[in-house]
Amino acid sequence: MDRIPILKMGPHLLVTIQVDMHDQMAMALQEDLTARIDKEKARGVLLDISALEVVDSFIGRVIGNIALTSRILDAETVVVGMQPAVAITLVELGLSLQGVRTALNVERGMQILARRVEAERGSRRPPEVRGAGND
Amino acid sequence: MTQRLHDILAPHEAELLRDWLREQLKALRPELIREDEVRQQSREFLRLLLEALRSGEETDISGAGWADVRGFLEKISASRVVQGFSPSQTATFVFSLKQPIFSRLRTEARSADELAGDSWRVTMLLDSLGLYTTEVFQKNREGIILRQQEEMMELSTPVVTLWEGVLALPLIGTLDSQRTQTVMEALLQRIVETESDIAIIDITGVPTVDTLTAQHLLKTITAARLMGAECIISGIRPQIAQTIVHLGVSLGDVVTKSSLAGAFQVALARRGDQIIRASGGTRGDGRPE
Repeated sequence: MDRIPILKMGPHLLVTIQVDMHDQMAMALQEDLTARIDKEKARGVLLDISALEVVDSFIGRVIGNIALTSRILDAETVVVGMQPAVAITLVELGLSLQGVRTALNVERGMQILARRVEAERGSRRPPEVRGAGND
Repeated sequence: MTQRLHDILAPHEAELLRDWLREQLKALRPELIREDEVRQQSREFLRLLLEALRSGEETDISGAGWADVRGFLEKISASRVVQGFSPSQTATFVFSLKQPIFSRLRTEARSADELAGDSWRVTMLLDSLGLYTTEVFQKNREGIILRQQEEMMELSTPVVTLWEGVLALPLIGTLDSQRTQTVMEALLQRIVETESDIAIIDITGVPTVDTLTAQHLLKTITAARLMGAECIISGIRPQIAQTIVHLGVSLGDVVTKSSLAGAFQVALARRGDQIIRASGGTRGDGRPE
């Protein structure tokens, strides 16, 4: 079964959904991602759905769940690049993904995550070594 | 079948035209149409009618033999819409031809049966032609209405860029479901195109807000948020504010401002930009001197 690749970028994970997701794939992604967050001790997750053209209630909920699960694992999740049609569909389905951060594109999403890491670093007294995996 | 009618009527074309014109000129509206125009149209119509009759087509005017007559009637109908005729006045143009034709048939008829048959055919024919003008008339009207509706729809949903990354959507007129859909799609599309993260929805021009409208607005705002853009509502008038509260609609954590200017300031603040007054032509630091 195809799986959606999860890329590590510094302290963050990048998930780019390039194909139309079916239900199995979405479930697999949810499991893979939570496992990866735990393994890499990721601080943030970028979920790029700019190539996703069609969405149904199930996929919509899974996207929301992924974001909320990651949050519980202390990784901020930003959903980026949602297409207008997808956004309208989700709203019509009543899935407004409350509490999930969103951004227009990967770049902006990265900025949000970077700001968060920055803020955390600022609040801690001993400065972290750059590039090393955060604990 | 109609060949017969042609044979009876054709030799008397000139008299028919004269009688018909006399009929029409009695009820002529000189402020709407000139006499020579009526003459010219009548002559043309009679000629086309006789031609169609000669071709022996049945009395069904949707046939190919009647294409010229139909085309001519469409032209007349369209021009009379512009001239300000009512549909019944336009149809009368055709119906008034009945009397001259009937009197001609009567003088030419050889038997009562023949007269009855011919009269019936002529009535059928002219009735359908007259109704056809009305139909075209109405279609023209509908076309105009439809075009204006579309124009209004397009005119009423402009999405403008106020600043780098700041869009504004000045809404004017009542928001119904279909319009909101267009507005919503236009806004979201522009957000993607311009990569704007703030959109100001200005409802100064919206006369009333009901539950449905508020619901639509909230949907648009939620959809924009899902895409990563923030919406600010501006221009809520006191009565509308009261209505919204009265209806029990919760705008949630949507930022609202009374004026577009206020919303613009919020947008600039969010982006970390600011406008500094330049005085006395000084530029650069922009501080007043």
